[in-house]
Amino acid sequence: MPDRQYYRSLHRSMAFTVVLVSLMPLALITLIGGYQYTEIYKGRVMAHLEEIVHKHEQNIDTYLLEKVGEIRVLADNMGVDCFLDEGKLENLHKSLMKRHGGGFVDLGLVNSYGIQVAYSGPFRLGLADYSQSVWFREVQKRTVYVSDVFLGLRGVPHFIIAVQFESEGKKWVLRTTIDFVAFNQLVENIHIGRTGLAFIINRRGEFQTKPRIDLSAEVPFLRELLQKATTDAREEGSFALKKARDMVVSTIAPNPLTGRETIFLSTPLKQGDWLLVYQQDSADAFSDLAQTRNLALVVLLIGVIAITFVAFYLSKRMVKRIIAADKEKEMMNEQVIEAGRLASLGELAAGIAHEINNPVAIMVEEAGWVQDLLAEGIDKNGNTDETKRALTQIRTQGARCREITHKLLSFARMIDPTTMELQLNELVEEIIGLSNQRTKYANVQVETELARDLPTIAASPSEMQQVLLNLVNNAVDAMEKEGGTLTITTKRDKDDVLMTVADTGCGIPRANMQRLFDPFFTTKPVGKGTGLGLSIIYGIVNKMKGEISVNSAVDVGTAFTVRIPSAAKTGVPSDENAEERG
Amino acid sequence: MQEMKVLLVDDEVDFTSAIQKRLARRGLTVKVAQSGEECLSSLEKFPADVVVLDMKMPGMDGLHTLREIKRRHPLVEVIMLTGHASMESAVEGMDQGAFHYLMKPADLDELVYKLEDACKRKEIRERKIRSTDNGEES
Repeated sequence: MPDRQYYRSLHRSMAFTVVLVSLMPLALITLIGGYQYTEIYKGRVMAHLEEIVHKHEQNIDTYLLEKVGEIRVLADNMGVDCFLDEGKLENLHKSLMKRHGGGFVDLGLVNSYGIQVAYSGPFRLGLADYSQSVWFREVQKRTVYVSDVFLGLRGVPHFIIAVQFESEGKKWVLRTTIDFVAFNQLVENIHIGRTGLAFIINRRGEFQTKPRIDLSAEVPFLRELLQKATTDAREEGSFALKKARDMVVSTIAPNPLTGRETIFLSTPLKQGDWLLVYQQDSADAFSDLAQTRNLALVVLLIGVIAITFVAFYLSKRMVKRIIAADKEKEMMNEQVIEAGRLASLGELAAGIAHEINNPVAIMVEEAGWVQDLLAEGIDKNGNTDETKRALTQIRTQGARCREITHKLLSFARMIDPTTMELQLNELVEEIIGLSNQRTKYANVQVETELARDLPTIAASPSEMQQVLLNLVNNAVDAMEKEGGTLTITTKRDKDDVLMTVADTGCGIPRANMQRLFDPFFTTKPVGKGTGLGLSIIYGIVNKMKGEISVNSAVDVGTAFTVRIPSAAKTGVPSDENAEERG
Repeated sequence: MQEMKVLLVDDEVDFTSAIQKRLARRGLTVKVAQSGEECLSSLEKFPADVVVLDMKMPGMDGLHTLREIKRRHPLVEVIMLTGHASMESAVEGMDQGAFHYLMKPADLDELVYKLEDACKRKEIRERKIRSTDNGEES
């Protein structure tokens, strides 16, 4: 019976195997699927953000171009006289305000010296001198100029669109101030999640719009970003430069302000003078992803716990079943051994019945003879002597019967499966005595070579008897047709006892060798053999920690060798037990 | 009726001698043989009407001997003696042409009746053969 340790390790290995096999695919799916999902989701989010930024870039560019276009239309068509007339200019300005949603805060005409000669707007700037302003210098170079946002003369953030035009050989500049609030809204509208915000900076890193939160600490980093974007564009060559102007550059880097990982998207505006920057914390942008990941992790965790629990629970139940099955098997084994013992006894009994039948027949006939003599008259010549002889014969035959029954009784008495110390040689003699009727009728010569110095073995007498009886029966069966010699040898091999039962019978075909010890394997016709003999022997010998081997050649004979450890090696059962048995 | 000639075959000498004495007293001519081989050899010299054959013998066993008897002396009747456990061999013996079988130990009177029956059958068969032979000759 395997011990508890065995079942415990069985339980453990079963549970671990189940857990491992179940968790591996789960973990792989989670990891691979999770990774793929994350990548795809991030890609999608980035693409979405890029699209938004791109859209706004276009919007802002369109807004600016629109404003520039309107001013240019005015400059091209209205003529300088119209602007010089303050009343007409005011009408123009009002019309622009009305038709274009208040984007144009004021409108002014500046002569080539930078002096504003005409003005319409709320600030009443009159004859302001712009000759030193950046925009005035720039517009003289470029004809059309959109300034950065600055406080200017009025101390209010604004930016200027200026257009230079020629009239009657003189150069004029038409300028307008664009409402910062309206412009700011364009950008502020980009407002995604908790931390997503957009702003515009110029080449020097100055904010052109007012971010919702103070980002001044980010400026050095943004400058770097700006530089990178422009150098990247420059490196790629002229074609790429043009392309890069439209392209959205995305970076994911730790934000120096918050220290959190942040997504930065930037795209150039106003021919690269400005940069539209959108920033959002990664955690915020990918918040859905994080949620999904958390959900997956929770499910995974629950799965792991459930699998582990089920694996341990199931394997525990399984091991319980196995324990029960093992117990049942053990009981069954005992029953099979008992059945096998009875079967071999039955075979023996047939021989013994014949043996006992002969003396009985003689006794019956002798008694009949005496009756015959009595009928004839006891005193007739020689009848008395004949009667005496017949009676002696009856006694002799009776004694023969008694001997046989005693032998049988001594055999039947030993059914106790308890292990005790016993001498194999004695057992061999006993079995040969029991089998001599069978061997005689099968024309089998029995020879024994029993070692005198044979150590005792620790075995159950009934089981050992069965081993011997089965081997002898098999040997006799093998020689039944033509007779032969049965040789039983015992000898000592170090601490083991070797017993060989050899016959000169029909031998075992090679094909049957493999299945020789299988239960129910038999070559005998149905009803003649159970196919249990050798399997029982195998079980018994194994139990005694012995070995059984077979050597056979067809038509030459078979030799079974049983190796049994001596009692000294296995340890002798206590004397108390042996005495009890008597 | 002619005196019956019986051959007793059994490996137990004590058994055959007892039966021999008892049958002789009943006016039968009885010879004994201790094995199948001896049985066959004595049949050559002794023209037995019936053979009483033990099934289980060392050496040549009963069935084998029966087959030989039937091959060499088809007219000789055979009564088998069997042990309890060898009913199968008894049935097989009947198939092989044995006249009857008796369980051992058999009642002597029963054995004598069977012997007489066997003898009669033998005589009838002999007569038949003789008459057909004559018919063919004439």
